[in-house]
Amino acid sequence: MNTVIFRTIAPILVAIMLVFSVFVLLRGHNEPGGGFIGGLIAASSIAIYGIAAGVKEVRKALKFDPIAIAGFGVFIAAFAGTISIFYQAPYLTGIWAYFEFEGKKIALSTPLLFDIGVYFTVLGTISTIALALEEKEEKK
Amino acid sequence: MEEKANYEAAVKLPVAMIDFATGFADWFIILPTIIALMGAALLIMLRFNRSIQPILTIIFILTIIIIEINLLLRILALGPQSMTMGKWLPPFGISFTVDIFGISFALASALTALIVTIYAQADLAKREVKYGFHSLLLLLLAGVSGAFMTGDMFNLYVWFEVMLIASFGLIIMGGRKIQLDGAIKYGFLNFLATSFFLIALGLIYGLFGTLNMADISLKAANAPFGPLASIGALLLLAFGMKAAAFPVNAWLPASYHTPHPAVSALFGGLLTKVGTYALLRSLLLVMPTARDFLEPLIAALAVITLILAPLGAIAQTNLRRAIGFLLIGGIGSVLVGLAVPNLRGVAGASIYIFHSILTISALYLVAGLIEKIMGTEDVRKMGGLYSASSWLSILFLVLVFAVAGLPPFLGFWPKLLLIEASLERGEILLIIALLTNSLLTAIAGSRLWAHIFWRAGPEGANSEQPNEKLQPLKTKDKWLCSAPTTILILLIVYFGINPNTIFGLGRVAALDLLNSDRYVEATGLAKPDLVTMPQLGEEGEK
Repeated sequence: MNTVIFRTIAPILVAIMLVFSVFVLLRGHNEPGGGFIGGLIAASSIAIYGIAAGVKEVRKALKFDPIAIAGFGVFIAAFAGTISIFYQAPYLTGIWAYFEFEGKKIALSTPLLFDIGVYFTVLGTISTIALALEEKEEKK
Repeated sequence: MEEKANYEAAVKLPVAMIDFATGFADWFIILPTIIALMGAALLIMLRFNRSIQPILTIIFILTIIIIEINLLLRILALGPQSMTMGKWLPPFGISFTVDIFGISFALASALTALIVTIYAQADLAKREVKYGFHSLLLLLLAGVSGAFMTGDMFNLYVWFEVMLIASFGLIIMGGRKIQLDGAIKYGFLNFLATSFFLIALGLIYGLFGTLNMADISLKAANAPFGPLASIGALLLLAFGMKAAAFPVNAWLPASYHTPHPAVSALFGGLLTKVGTYALLRSLLLVMPTARDFLEPLIAALAVITLILAPLGAIAQTNLRRAIGFLLIGGIGSVLVGLAVPNLRGVAGASIYIFHSILTISALYLVAGLIEKIMGTEDVRKMGGLYSASSWLSILFLVLVFAVAGLPPFLGFWPKLLLIEASLERGEILLIIALLTNSLLTAIAGSRLWAHIFWRAGPEGANSEQPNEKLQPLKTKDKWLCSAPTTILILLIVYFGINPNTIFGLGRVAALDLLNSDRYVEATGLAKPDLVTMPQLGEEGEK
């Protein structure tokens, strides 16, 4: 797998996939997409970078431990549900806020925050597994 | 516009959203689970910061305990409490419905988790902290609290999975060969059990069109008998496996002695109890008709579990394996309560679960201390501990008496209630089994005590000579292990001598389990005509 072509293309591919994963995450809720699939795309980009550049390089680039990213995701998702405490509504009730931006109506909501949590959880978990597997490969 | 109004009038959709405000006090229903879950997530982010982990864990568990005490008092005053997620009305939204039956076990579990956390600090390896011991412990607590408080069958399954993930992590933490061996047996059989549970859930949804426990209990009354009985049988198998009832108990003694003693205590105290809890909840409150059909089977399982488990304990030479068998014997007692579902029987079973959470955890913790002093898990190589630590021998003996059900310790009262309940129903066989279990448990326990404490040295030619392999406890061990264990045991003794509180709680728990009115009312499904799904057998409005 470790060809020059692959190593040259990989960073560009990773960048495109990461941007695409955020796009998929944000278009979720009302259209196909969302946190889970977005997280999977992001995790595959991490895996590709791991194959191309080596696991050590990926861990350096990620800065945070992938499992800590997963923990962050769970924290964000659980936190998203608690916001409704200020609206006298039960746990996990969706709270929506709208604002205008350059003539377009933008919706912010707690389900979006929850989805971002799912994104990070999936990204963290799958990258942990992928990097652990690739590490084994490298040692051989 | 007019067309739309006509359309709405013709379809007449029922109300689906909650339109009343949720007070802050209602949040107490969900907070214990959320705090544990968020705490677990936070600690995994901070997993390289080893010194802050135990402090944060203890703060989180203390908060959970305070909230749960508040919730317990509130439920005692106002009856069962419920919160349905996301503002959807009960059959659509997922409900958390808490009654005394659930909250008292949740409270006991949180207490146990607190003591286990302190206990584990004495000799937790750096590696184990780094691999997320505290985080997994909180995740396990989140799963247990969620299972005790949820009012939705599928959500119960989810919490079972959360517990399974956390316990899987905890069991293999040390990375020893025997732990992997135990984890495979534990994991495989528990996955099997949750699969059966999932199949039963599919059938439940197909039959009732709902997974809300209160809603099912309303609809189960007019449900066709055949499918209901098979669902009941599947649930009995699944939860029986989780609870380690005979004949699906083999995984427990094969795995519970492998992890750190503190983890054993956590598992022994919490995991099987969730199985018995789910058994009582689903077969008494949700589907009583299915239980009636299964009664002979449950009674037979109870008798066999009660008698075979302590026999297994007598045969064991590994200390914690023997305790595993004593734990299984207790599951038999809970099954007796399920087989004789009158007020005394169910109250007895509830109190037994409460007793078992505290006592079995304490027993594993004491076993950990014994192993620490002896440097071995094999009872044959132990001996002469009495001279080294007479205090430990008292603690162990108290726990043996409590497990066997000798007065005045906590184990006596639920067994008394169960025997009275069986007497009311004229089930002589169950009474004989309960008494035999007590006798055999006392024999198994005192045999262990005699071998570990009384005998001067290890088995064999040197058994009369004083044991020189003893390693006295360090001061750190005394403060972090002996002291919390002693507090837990004092609690058991206190509740044994002063059982009124427990009796009161057990009575309310049993009343609410046997008559689902208050439970259903709490979820907001009081009147059947408010139930929005069509009744079974009807073809809908024409």
